[in-house]
Amino acid sequence: MRVSFTVNGRRHEADDVWEGESLLFVLRERLGLPGSKNACEQGECGSCTVRLDGEVVCACLVAAGQAQGREVRTVEGLADGAGPPGGLAPIQQAFVDAGAVQCGFCTPGLLVTADALLERQPSPSDADIREALSGNLCRCTGYEKILDAVRLAAARSAAGAAPTAPGPEAPPAPRSEPEPGE
Amino acid sequence: MDILRTPTDLAQRGHGGVGESASRPDGVLKVTGEFAYASDLWARDMLWGHTLRSPHAHAEIVSVDTTEALSVPGVHAVLTHADLPAATHYGLEIPDQPVLAGDVVRYHGEPVALVAADHPETARRAAARIRVEYAELPLVTDESTATAPGAPVLHPNRSDHYADRVPHPNVVHHQPVRRGDLAAAKARAEVVVTGEYELGMQDQAPLGPESGLAVPAEDGGVDLYVATQWLHVDREQLAPVLGLPRELVRLTLSGVGGAFGAREDLSMQAHACLLALRTGRPVKMVYSRDESFVGHVHRHPARLRYEHGATRDGRLVYVRGRIVLDGGAYASSSPAVVGNAASLGLGPYVCDTVDIEALALYTNNPPCGAMRGFGAVQACFAYESQMDRLAAELGMDPVSLRQLNAMSQGATMPTGQPVDAPAPVAELLRLVRDRPLPPPRQWETAVGTGTGFDLRALPGGLSNTTRGEGVVRGVGYAVGIKNVGFSEGYDDYSTARVRLEVVNGEPVVLVHTAMAEVGQGGVTVQAQIARTELGVAKVVLHPADTRVGSAGSTSASRQTYMTGGAVRNTCLLVREEVLRLGRERLGDTHPGWRGDGLWLRDGAVVTAGGEVLADLAQVLGDDVIDLEREFRHRPTEPLDPENGQGFGHVQYSFCAHRAVVEVDAELGLVKVVELAAAQDVGRAMNPQAVVGQIHGGSVQGLGLAVMEEIVVADGARVRNPSFTDYLIPTILDTPTMPVDVLELADEHAPYGLRGIGEAPTLSSTPAVVAAIRAATGLALRRVPVRPEHLTGT
Repeated sequence: MRVSFTVNGRRHEADDVWEGESLLFVLRERLGLPGSKNACEQGECGSCTVRLDGEVVCACLVAAGQAQGREVRTVEGLADGAGPPGGLAPIQQAFVDAGAVQCGFCTPGLLVTADALLERQPSPSDADIREALSGNLCRCTGYEKILDAVRLAAARSAAGAAPTAPGPEAPPAPRSEPEPGE
Repeated sequence: MDILRTPTDLAQRGHGGVGESASRPDGVLKVTGEFAYASDLWARDMLWGHTLRSPHAHAEIVSVDTTEALSVPGVHAVLTHADLPAATHYGLEIPDQPVLAGDVVRYHGEPVALVAADHPETARRAAARIRVEYAELPLVTDESTATAPGAPVLHPNRSDHYADRVPHPNVVHHQPVRRGDLAAAKARAEVVVTGEYELGMQDQAPLGPESGLAVPAEDGGVDLYVATQWLHVDREQLAPVLGLPRELVRLTLSGVGGAFGAREDLSMQAHACLLALRTGRPVKMVYSRDESFVGHVHRHPARLRYEHGATRDGRLVYVRGRIVLDGGAYASSSPAVVGNAASLGLGPYVCDTVDIEALALYTNNPPCGAMRGFGAVQACFAYESQMDRLAAELGMDPVSLRQLNAMSQGATMPTGQPVDAPAPVAELLRLVRDRPLPPPRQWETAVGTGTGFDLRALPGGLSNTTRGEGVVRGVGYAVGIKNVGFSEGYDDYSTARVRLEVVNGEPVVLVHTAMAEVGQGGVTVQAQIARTELGVAKVVLHPADTRVGSAGSTSASRQTYMTGGAVRNTCLLVREEVLRLGRERLGDTHPGWRGDGLWLRDGAVVTAGGEVLADLAQVLGDDVIDLEREFRHRPTEPLDPENGQGFGHVQYSFCAHRAVVEVDAELGLVKVVELAAAQDVGRAMNPQAVVGQIHGGSVQGLGLAVMEEIVVADGARVRNPSFTDYLIPTILDTPTMPVDVLELADEHAPYGLRGIGEAPTLSSTPAVVAAIRAATGLALRRVPVRPEHLTGT
């Protein structure tokens, strides 16, 4: 089947999608957007968390066909509109600064979840942060520095000084590579 | 471009030297979703590989019929044992593991056949149509069944170098450690406590599944992009299996989503390469979560019996221990795990008379091997539980008893090895004990709900199982000792290539090693070292691959020591070459060139006093300095097979914990309220990353204490291979974790540093269990502690 939907503001179409494919599979394998991660593919770990029409969902539990005509936002689009191109969203910068990233496999899902938390609750308590992030497993950090990062992003936002400066120099990764299946 | 998302150089400009909390060079890529993990790889025309696995734990393979699977449209290859082109077995130390099972399967989940197809679902469906006829065989699952008269011998005709010394062919390796006169010591003991302990099978559960992409090359070789812990040891095992010379098997590290020991053994590496060479097309394999749970080795479950004798005033007189580790169906790293358990089995204490033996079994349970803590975790749970029992028997404070017996620099290990670096065991215990306790009944004072009451601070949380009634608090302590680096005479080395050149007027350092970055931050430290030693702002890290010499394994807490040491050493040689060139070319221009102590800072050669002699651009011009050198730690020696005596370990690492728990005693629900740690790290190369390691290790220990266990039952089958049923701590299960870091330099190590990754995983588990015992008064001999152990139901 053909599925078309919007990802990070850009219209995408995928052909020859098997009905059993998840939104996660189509994002990763057909649209060239592997930022959302495939750690369990059964909705337990949160590594594939994306926004679907604004709702926080596990992309592995959404059939690709269910995304038809809808808007998806992934970690790749988190910084859109947050500052100059190539910059980081405040929550991304906070994760880097707080040391909340180790292996990083859980990071995209945590970022999308934390970003949604701060959107609806700009100054969450620690208990609020823990509750909101309880669906996102991390095996490396013990979560302390993830808490630090969310607190830091909230504090910077409250101070009105959320930095959007580019991070350390990194090579530009291909954003518009050929898409498998196209 | 035909292959996408292969690793790229990581470049950073001016972000901190040794001792600073420099940010990760891969941090921005990881927060933007651009970082290329092994499961993100993509190649034009690639196929997907899938593994058919045994549904039985022990069975004869009567027949295999692949006809139907081969007829599925989209399938390009089906491989079985009969298709293997060369060596049929592999292994880290003992090549006892079939690449694909031949006549017999020895554990549930053992690979039997492979499929390559153009869609992962097609490959899965085709694998289900491979007809395998099994005839089940009797199981051995523990010491009594494995060593019973007439027990099936899982590996007959063993030729490994442990075979002649083991008490039974189903014992992989057996190591006694004996010191002192046991009979005399027993006569002196005024108090004796004995205890039996058990640990369930823990899983590393890295979030990144086993993944990789094998690409056949025009020269007949193969290029493998993979998530692993040691590229070169993978290659050593792959080349014979593929029937290729080593130089035609090229590996590049892809992004690794955590490891913790799970990636020390081969998983999909040989399978993907075999399929790629057979089909002539790139083959990607990505394990699903349930496959991951059977597709890598686990932490050895263990049964331990200890006997501690002491004087009435609390001094240890003798310690006896017997540690039985279940190695499962294949050897993996069981021999080294046995060596650790035996040599570290006393704990960080002084005792002149020790009689400890450790052994690992061959059984039909899932293979067990490396997991963070590696043999020391199992021993620590038992010896620390014993120290608490001894304290109770003596009526002593458990911290005081530990401090009374704590080892310090100058002590002698039960192996006879002198402890010749700081060992601040008593001080670490003091640090965690002296911290103020978290306030009680925090659910009544928690902020954020506006009601003055927060369920989320209670055991059971939002399940609303209690309003505080029946909730009791307990506090527990533990301390542990872990070795750093490969032990027992292993020739353990790492290699670093460092290249210095001036590009557009700016000096640039390229660091190229084969170190597997698995999340620990080794890449950060490498860049910090290069900046410190060569005084340049811009450092580029080359992707890790087999084009450079081996870095050894990212395990045994060894990479900052070993590859950090290698990068430092090579940088110092590059610096010498810069100074030599400078003296040759510019020596006449300034008398400072003749002085001692010249170094590099801010892209220039400076005198010991800091006066600038020349920019690197002036010294080097268009020349490039490019050196590759190996670095070794001081040699160790094997442990004596009879008494375990020997200079077996490179370095020791110590961590202490205090756990505060609250238990709903009626429902058996545990909430860990705080988990404080204190650790000596020698030198905090990157303080932020050090604390991150201590946090992460502590939580894995917490998981073992109260939730994590692979359930092997119903014919030795893995019953809970999912994150629904194998529980790892969430952010709600994880407490506040204050950390004290000591920096007592080890003069034998680069920068005085100490490997840190594993020690916090040891003492966390017994500290949490001690706290639950203190809260409930229960004996609790087994981890993980489950609700039914607390309620007696």
